[in-house]
Amino acid sequence: MLFLPAVTFVMLAGTPDGTYTLMPFLNSELLVRFDKLSKVFGYVFIIITFIGVIYALHVKGAGELAASFIHAGSALGAVFAGDLLSLFVFWEMLTLSAAFIIWSRRSRRSQGAGFRYLLVHLFGGMCLLAGIIMHVKQAGSLEFGYIGVNGLASYLMLLGVAVNTAIPPLHAWLTDAYPEASVTGTVFLSVFTTKTAVYVLARAFPGADILVIVGAIMTIFPIFYAVLENDLRRVLCYSLINQVGFMVVGVGIGTSLAINGAAAHAFADVLFKSLLLMSVGAVMYRTGTCLATDLGGLYKTMPITMFFCIVGAASISAFPLFSAFCTKSMIMSAAGHEQLTVIWLLLLFASAGVFHHAGIKIPYFTFFAHDSGKRPPEAPPNMLVAMGLAAFLCIFIGVYPQPLYNLLPYPVEYVPYTADHVVSQLLLLFCASLAFATLMITGYYPPEMRSVNLDTDWFYRKAGPAFLRAVGGPVAAANDWLGRLFLDRIPGYLVRFGQNPSAVMKLALETLTLPFRDEESRMRINKEKDALRASYSSYVLKPWFLSHSLLLVALFLAVYLVFYLLYSK
Amino acid sequence: MKREWDFFDRPGNRKALLIIFVASLVFLLVIDFFIHKHPYFGWDGLPTFYAFYGFLGCVLLVVIAKNMRRFIKREEDYYD
Repeated sequence: MLFLPAVTFVMLAGTPDGTYTLMPFLNSELLVRFDKLSKVFGYVFIIITFIGVIYALHVKGAGELAASFIHAGSALGAVFAGDLLSLFVFWEMLTLSAAFIIWSRRSRRSQGAGFRYLLVHLFGGMCLLAGIIMHVKQAGSLEFGYIGVNGLASYLMLLGVAVNTAIPPLHAWLTDAYPEASVTGTVFLSVFTTKTAVYVLARAFPGADILVIVGAIMTIFPIFYAVLENDLRRVLCYSLINQVGFMVVGVGIGTSLAINGAAAHAFADVLFKSLLLMSVGAVMYRTGTCLATDLGGLYKTMPITMFFCIVGAASISAFPLFSAFCTKSMIMSAAGHEQLTVIWLLLLFASAGVFHHAGIKIPYFTFFAHDSGKRPPEAPPNMLVAMGLAAFLCIFIGVYPQPLYNLLPYPVEYVPYTADHVVSQLLLLFCASLAFATLMITGYYPPEMRSVNLDTDWFYRKAGPAFLRAVGGPVAAANDWLGRLFLDRIPGYLVRFGQNPSAVMKLALETLTLPFRDEESRMRINKEKDALRASYSSYVLKPWFLSHSLLLVALFLAVYLVFYLLYSK
Repeated sequence: MKREWDFFDRPGNRKALLIIFVASLVFLLVIDFFIHKHPYFGWDGLPTFYAFYGFLGCVLLVVIAKNMRRFIKREEDYYD
């Protein structure tokens, strides 16, 4: 299992850049493309697959791991796809395999979350497909390159990609489904879908202004939720949206520094986000919970996990000497150079916010805070090795970013370690922790609480079903009534009329004059009516069997055929 | 039985950590005045800009989040 990612890595490193034809398809070709942009994503996907497999070595049963491998493979396929058709196929495989990873936890919640995940992503996939078909029709080629925001085809594709990028309000699948997967499943899930989508954005829509705005929103709104959320893996999922927001802003700015920043930050984010999820996952594996209300004081018995968690926390918060300091700052810097004042201020606010909820909250509530009384043993060795590898890479990138910079799509002139950058960033982070400490001590900080926080998934989890109930009742009743009217009563009248028109007409006339008759004749007329009804009772539709409908279908087809022969050409 | 590792629960250690934290913060605030800046907009090069922004940003974050709870908080089994 470990062999496979290792071999893939060596093969990728040995493949020269270029576009290769895989095979002819209809009147086009299926292409595979290797260039710097796709390779950066490819490398980190393979590295994290390797680490994730080590982390999951203890898992019995092949189902989840098989789905994880297919998931990782589809992501690689999507990243190296040179044509839109292969991209779409791998895109859908990514969705399907993710649903199986979610279901592998086999809990009632994960079952529901998996289905919701599938439905949302199938919607996104359909938008993408519709956009691709229109684009191919217009451009006349399947080639997957720069598309840009112009016209309906690109809007549809952008919408489809936006679902996978978790751009609000289409983000709720992420925080809904990922935390419901198993300890190991979430680590795999957190990597591929969103980063593949960022890659597609960087390939097809660099410099799209709309992405700067939605990206900034993505960095801001999840941090409020992350402060309130009790489930620590869900907190990390909110911060995942926030980090992807930085990348989306980078892609939207579209300068070479910004695209470099987006790619570099994707690389770093994959490592530190999975490191954080692995450490919280290890705690969950040992204690059975990842709710902040149930944890605390674990540093006493899980010190190594705590250390790795803090490395991840420092990396995501962009502490000097940790990875995001060298990657996220490229995006910030690009926003600064482009004089995007508001965006830059929002990103800086989001940076402080990330430190607040992911950098402090995660380690603090897990390993310190109030003592939960839990004394779980240290995480199993395979988990420690996996976390150690990820932690090493986080620090390595932070200390010596040059190897990563060499992988980026454009030449890098950016220098992260300047005196003012280090001091400014440290001041930002120290004062953010000062704020946290002050609010904690004064008791203003919102207490951890077992709760559900409403997000946009409310619309399809609560409002949708309620809407169906409210509308469904009346619609079903109307349908019922119309059905009886047209399939039973009207045919009934017609049949009776056809069988014996004079009697029916005479009866109808007598019914009309009913109010003017005396009691005796009224009873007589009613009796006659009942008798007539009974003699041709409601068996009108009984003889309609399958054969009849088949005959009708055949007839319709024959009519179509005649029309076609008459009017074609 | 092995004694439990309770480094962070001892009052002396906590106090030492706090002192280190405050000392480094003061140190950073002081050298912030003497460092050559490369500001993007001008005003972001002012001394202690990042310090104030970090502190106020986080306070604002928590204040808004705490008040959001009134609108978005539901019982844990809300969706079940």
